[in-house]
Amino acid sequence: MTLSDIQSPLLRISALTKRFGGFTALHNVSVDIRPGERFGLIGPNGSGKTTLINCISGAFRTEPGTILFCDEDITLLQPHVRTRRGIARSFQIPRPFRSMTVAENLMVALDFAAHEHVSVTQRRDTMMSILNQMGLGSKANVSATQLSQVELRKMELARAMATHPKLLISDEAMAGLSSSEVDEVLDLLLSLASRDITIIMIEHIMQAVMRFSERVMCLDAGRIIAIGTPSEVMADQRVQEAYLGT
Amino acid sequence: MKRNGVAFWSGAAVFLAAVFAMTQVVGNQYPFFAGYVILQFIALAVAWSILGGYAGYVNFGTSAFFGVGVYTSVFLVSAFGAPLPLQILTGAAVGALMGFALGLLTLRMQGIYFSIATIALTIIIETTITNWRYVGGAAGIQIQRPAVTAPFDSYVQMLFFVQALLVVLAVAISRYIQNSWIGRGLQALRDDELAAECTGVPTLRLKLIACVISGALMCAVGAPAAMYLQYADPGSAFNLNYSVTTLAMSLIGGTAHWSGPIIGAIVLGTTQQFLTVTISSEVNVLVLGVMLVLFVVGAPEGIIGLVRKLRGNRKEGEA
Ligand SMILES: Nc1ncnc2c1ncn2[C@@H]1O[C@H](COP(=O)(O)OP(=O)(O)OP(=O)(O)O)[C@@H](O)[C@H]1O
Ligand SMILES: [Mg+2]
Repeated sequence: MTLSDIQSPLLRISALTKRFGGFTALHNVSVDIRPGERFGLIGPNGSGKTTLINCISGAFRTEPGTILFCDEDITLLQPHVRTRRGIARSFQIPRPFRSMTVAENLMVALDFAAHEHVSVTQRRDTMMSILNQMGLGSKANVSATQLSQVELRKMELARAMATHPKLLISDEAMAGLSSSEVDEVLDLLLSLASRDITIIMIEHIMQAVMRFSERVMCLDAGRIIAIGTPSEVMADQRVQEAYLGT
Repeated sequence: MKRNGVAFWSGAAVFLAAVFAMTQVVGNQYPFFAGYVILQFIALAVAWSILGGYAGYVNFGTSAFFGVGVYTSVFLVSAFGAPLPLQILTGAAVGALMGFALGLLTLRMQGIYFSIATIALTIIIETTITNWRYVGGAAGIQIQRPAVTAPFDSYVQMLFFVQALLVVLAVAISRYIQNSWIGRGLQALRDDELAAECTGVPTLRLKLIACVISGALMCAVGAPAAMYLQYADPGSAFNLNYSVTTLAMSLIGGTAHWSGPIIGAIVLGTTQQFLTVTISSEVNVLVLGVMLVLFVVGAPEGIIGLVRKLRGNRKEGEA
């Protein structure tokens, strides 16, 4: 095995552009994410972070640009196929299945995205262990509509985890949470990362980004303006300008 | 006089008994006629709910599927004198194809756009049939019933039985779907289509499956109606009433459980049959409207939802 085999990226985004009518939300974005990496994605409001996630998960079709995942071209695949291949995401505004309990929300993922043919009891066990791990064990039979904000965020992550992902994308899972809740969610993400899951974390809370990320990328108006270690990116002149809005 | 009196009263009693027996026979025909209609709507409502309830894609094209079922039979009978079972089977096959085509063309649309597309479909098909002379065109066509076979005394009795079979079939399929992975996937996409996709649910495929099955059943239910009415014309076969009534029955019963549409169809169907006899068939539309409004306002989840809520409240009260 050569060094380049080991370094082969999990996700490779090449020259990706996304337009909404005449408005270009992403300009020629190219980036590689390494297997096992903890990757922070930052940028001011409307800079295109969620749009990039939507392109990776397949919610949006990209016009020019290709996306490789595990060395395979997934640019034209439907979202559910990408999920089965190992790309999971949470939503910035939680999107639970409202007519279901927390347990049932996770069972959808286990029924449809589970990789092996496993028995119902095994799936139930997996479901409970994910819920316990996320601190939602006591909420298994509660309706998704009755969860608090932080519980909803956790359920989004738990449901994504139930698809058994290689890559987990968390879109502002901490927005609107108290500082102790932020730490709780951050610890969850760190513990997932320690289990060989590659994570892209979108976040506005800078302490969380600094603590979590091995590498950070900053978008501004759909362009990458900085990429590197957290401290490098924070020190970058253009990043500071983008955030101060000059 | 006493003996004569006994004979008289005996004769009168026999006469009354004979009249009673006659009314029993005539009365037995009516329940078959009326019962057939109720069974037909139970089957339609159950079939409709597979797409309209489980998937939440409100189909206003029930009458299109029903009418195509009717005209499949009309064509088969005029061309080949096909027997009833073949009419129903062919109806189901045509309905499945139609559901597949409709699904491919429209299921990428969401919500109201899908519903509008199904109305357009109804109009297109009705117009086509109206201009097809072979099956009678706008004027309609008379259909001859073949002789009834044992063990049935009348053709309507047999149709009543056949429709009951279709109800059982529709309910069995609907119940199966609800409890299978298809049902769980449909429930997820009904709640949130993008979240379902991103959780691994093949939404388009599941919607297509639901559309095909629902369409096949609705057409199959329409197929025996040609023989029931012994007549078919586009205006009645594609009557919007089928769409509206079916939808109302499903919503009144509730679509969260397979039994909802059955309950709704029985409640609304019997009420309508009763009013048709006691007052007139025109009141039906009014009653349908009033019941729909009452339920949309008071019990948006239908009777099923109402029952569940009451049970839930009781449980909370006990705890
Ligand atoms: N479906 C859409 N149609 C049209 N424009 C869109 C759509 N989605 C996003 N946009 C536009 O694209 C730009 C980038 O939006 P995006 O949601 O990706 O920003 P973001 O970086 O996630 O911002 P935030 O931090 O507020 O979540 C915005 O100007 C937004 O208005
Ligand atoms: Mg965003």
